[in-house]
Amino acid sequence: MAIFDKFQPLAATLKSMAECGVESVHVVMEKMLSSTEAVVNGRPTILAGTNNYLGLTFDADCVEAACRALRSEGTGTTGSRAANGTYRTHVALENDLADFFNCRSVIVFSTGYVANLGMISTLAGAGDVIVIDADCHASIYDGCRLSGADIIRFRHNDPADLEKRLRRLGDRSANALVIVEGIYSMMGDRSPLAEIAAVKNRYGAYLLVDEAHSLGVLGDHGRGLAEEAGVERHVDFIVGTFSKSLGAIGGYCASNHPELDLIRMANRPYIFTASPSPSIIASTRAALATMRARPELRARLWDNAHRLYGRFQEIGLPTGPEPSPVIAVRLATRDSALSQWCTLLERGVYVNLVLPPATPDGSCLLRCSVSAGHTPEQIDRIGEAFSSITADSSIPAD
Amino acid sequence: MQTYETIMEQVTDLIKPLVSEDQSLTENTDLVSDLGFDSLKVMGLLEDIEDRFDISVPLNILPDIRTIKDFAVQLQRILGEN
Repeated sequence: MAIFDKFQPLAATLKSMAECGVESVHVVMEKMLSSTEAVVNGRPTILAGTNNYLGLTFDADCVEAACRALRSEGTGTTGSRAANGTYRTHVALENDLADFFNCRSVIVFSTGYVANLGMISTLAGAGDVIVIDADCHASIYDGCRLSGADIIRFRHNDPADLEKRLRRLGDRSANALVIVEGIYSMMGDRSPLAEIAAVKNRYGAYLLVDEAHSLGVLGDHGRGLAEEAGVERHVDFIVGTFSKSLGAIGGYCASNHPELDLIRMANRPYIFTASPSPSIIASTRAALATMRARPELRARLWDNAHRLYGRFQEIGLPTGPEPSPVIAVRLATRDSALSQWCTLLERGVYVNLVLPPATPDGSCLLRCSVSAGHTPEQIDRIGEAFSSITADSSIPAD
Repeated sequence: MQTYETIMEQVTDLIKPLVSEDQSLTENTDLVSDLGFDSLKVMGLLEDIEDRFDISVPLNILPDIRTIKDFAVQLQRILGEN
């Protein structure tokens, strides 16, 4: 078997998509018009698939902070902090985040993916056991695989199922690492975190929560689901990203465990990745300050989320179980998903096309993410675009 | 201690609802090439198997699983360790 033969099924899938006129992985934003609009295929297009929850990518303070850092600190760090050294601003961002989360310490990573890869693969090793929600993100699965630990799945958002699987582990459960997400990226549903934390406490296990989609979205201060659920002190490690609500790129882990500083020095994905560039650090710090100072952004985000979710409910689209800034519409067949994604783009709305096996239950998704930057008129136009395609080719209900 | 045969029988029972009625299932049936299972379906089957036998089966075994027999052999090993 030639080394490239294993890619033939992927090539066949991409070819069949291209034959339907779907080039979802090759969409080019020819010109950015704002945080919520770009020119695609020569047409102004509403961006409803960017996870830009607070709409801060064009925030004047963030842009200015990044420009200042570029001029004063240069374009990049050209290497890892372990080898090339730490910039003052790396430490400043870690201190800002520790203050925000009211925790002992924080590690900043170069991407959210690397944050999960690094934390999970360093925390757990051969002989340990990790128990993960079935719908966890690929970065969590990859971190588990890199760790060499035994990986056990529990049924999505099912604390009783988690308890059953911890019970079966016997004495090993006391050293198990349980991993869930705040808001799940595919259907926008949130973890029953209080119940999960209670189960974890009963078995003396450790809990890591990925708040990638819930930072800036949930909680009175935007700290995520752990804050909203009132269980921050029961969460051992909070992992998240700068590439969604904070409009940049990067990741973090926040913890009260004093061993976090040791974990940093044993963390291969951290040690062997170039550190975040100064402009990224600067815009992230500015975005964090803006997020803390302007809770009205979160309120606007939720107004928009409720508006679009309500519109989808009126139309009768099969969506996720609750209003959320991530709103996914389930489609029964791959062909209908492909054609309707194209129709939406032609009508000036960009959403994410998600196909199995990346989806939780094998269905095909048209996934929207709502932003505080969307105007009510843009939300209505997104709803109208979905309404039109429903009339053209009915979307089957669950 | 369960025998290989009883384990095979139970695994086959768990697969039956996931395939068409006319699909024949033998110990050499390949989950991917014969049944068309993707990774999600195999992981779901693994959850069902854990519940049927009330044991923990790490996902780590999946790279070694191609056929129903592979599942049964791994389960017999794990049940023997418990």
